[in-house]
Amino acid sequence: MDVLTEALAWLNDPLNWTGRRGVLELTAAHLRLSALAVLLAAAVALPAGVWLGHRRRGGAVTVVLANTSRALPTFALLTIFASTGLFGATATVLAVAVFAVPPILGNTFTGLMEVDADVRDAARGMGMSGGRSLAAVELPLALPLIGAGLRTATTQVLATVPLAALVGGTSLGSIIVEGMALQRYGQVVAGAVLVAALCLLVEGVLAVVQHVLTPAPMRTPRRTGARRPSRDPDATGTGGPAPTTRAPVGDPAREPAPRRAVTGS
Amino acid sequence: MTSPEDAGVRAELTAAAGDPAANPWLSWDYVQRNWGDISRALEQHAGLTVQAVLIACAIAVPLGMLAHLRPRLAAPIVGTTGVLYTVPSLALFTVLVPWTGIGRTPVLVGLVVYALLVLVRNVLVGLAGVDESVRDAARGLGYGRLRLLLTVELPNALPAIVAGIRLATVTTVALVTVGVVVGYGGLGNLMFRGFRNNKYHAEILTATLLCLALALVLDLLLWLVGRAVTPWARRGREA
Repeated sequence: MDVLTEALAWLNDPLNWTGRRGVLELTAAHLRLSALAVLLAAAVALPAGVWLGHRRRGGAVTVVLANTSRALPTFALLTIFASTGLFGATATVLAVAVFAVPPILGNTFTGLMEVDADVRDAARGMGMSGGRSLAAVELPLALPLIGAGLRTATTQVLATVPLAALVGGTSLGSIIVEGMALQRYGQVVAGAVLVAALCLLVEGVLAVVQHVLTPAPMRTPRRTGARRPSRDPDATGTGGPAPTTRAPVGDPAREPAPRRAVTGS
Repeated sequence: MTSPEDAGVRAELTAAAGDPAANPWLSWDYVQRNWGDISRALEQHAGLTVQAVLIACAIAVPLGMLAHLRPRLAAPIVGTTGVLYTVPSLALFTVLVPWTGIGRTPVLVGLVVYALLVLVRNVLVGLAGVDESVRDAARGLGYGRLRLLLTVELPNALPAIVAGIRLATVTTVALVTVGVVVGYGGLGNLMFRGFRNNKYHAEILTATLLCLALALVLDLLLWLVGRAVTPWARRGREA
């Protein structure tokens, strides 16, 4: 294939890798923007999720947020922010961070809500205060889900940052957008491959990190309905993206309530 | 004499000059003057969404049933769709361009691929969640494996499948906008044009609101369809 040869030639040209707006610089920018966005989202969503989950209320808020963020195009928010006079990187980080909030918030909330009521009772019975029970009992039990939420948010952010190239943000997506504009399809394919590779790589690394960090007894999610673990997408191993990816709150296996709430009935 | 067109052009010119007051986010005037454009983009957007979800359903339901019948295939199927789902939309939409050309096809293919993961997972979860005693009863009545799947398990899995279709539809509506990178993004085209056009706020926000409205309307329609195809669920709740 002609285009594939072109793409390979593009990838093989060292000038495309080093220097200004080379692959290395763009990758660094991509990762920097993503990290900022995730940190920003986590700074907002983690405390909010912990507080709501600990108080055991606000489920409706997280569901409404998740559903709205699903219907609102990222591209729309990017254009809106980019056209309000914010600079390229700021607009990108803000817009992308907004979409990273729901997965983190939802998973943190669900994680704390799923802590067994008996366990909370026991903590109370031992004389623990609310704060102490939260720090010593509930949070450790919720950690796997919170980690999953952060991982979902990170992969999602990495996948969304390229879009910012359309409205002036600098990332690996710039290679694609530039190639489209110049009709150099070899460059487009090369850029697409690079973006996809980065996302899959980070997703894989995060999956391994999550697996390693989770204490062994907590690795298999406690699910009452999962009679056949092999069919549970969660159990497909660390390679594939977790099923919680991007849709933790709407997952019908885990949460029947939000599904009903989608309808607004 | 000032026609609405003149007023609009003047508004755009002052907006270009950087006067914030002349570049409102909401402008009924804009909608009226450009309704032809807007409705065309909306039509394109809705058509693309419906077509993508229909194709994805046609692929995902048999695929999910296959994975259900042959559990060993479940992990590879879900894994593959999952990996495809991780590929960013910008990359997926553009990588096909050399072979399909720009326009409708690459966007449609990309949308179908993204809808697949959600749908396959929900079909699988729905089928696996069927009550074991129901399955037992059917088997006791002499149902074969295929008949059991088609007449007992599939209807029982319908609520989960419909939930998956709704989720896929809402996500697809949002994703169509990315199609702008290959020149076929429905309302996304309007957003992008508004951005390039001296940051014409009204155009951007109108397209955004229409996107949200489209997602809401389609979701509502599917909810009604879901209710219609599972009358027993409603009766159960009332009882």
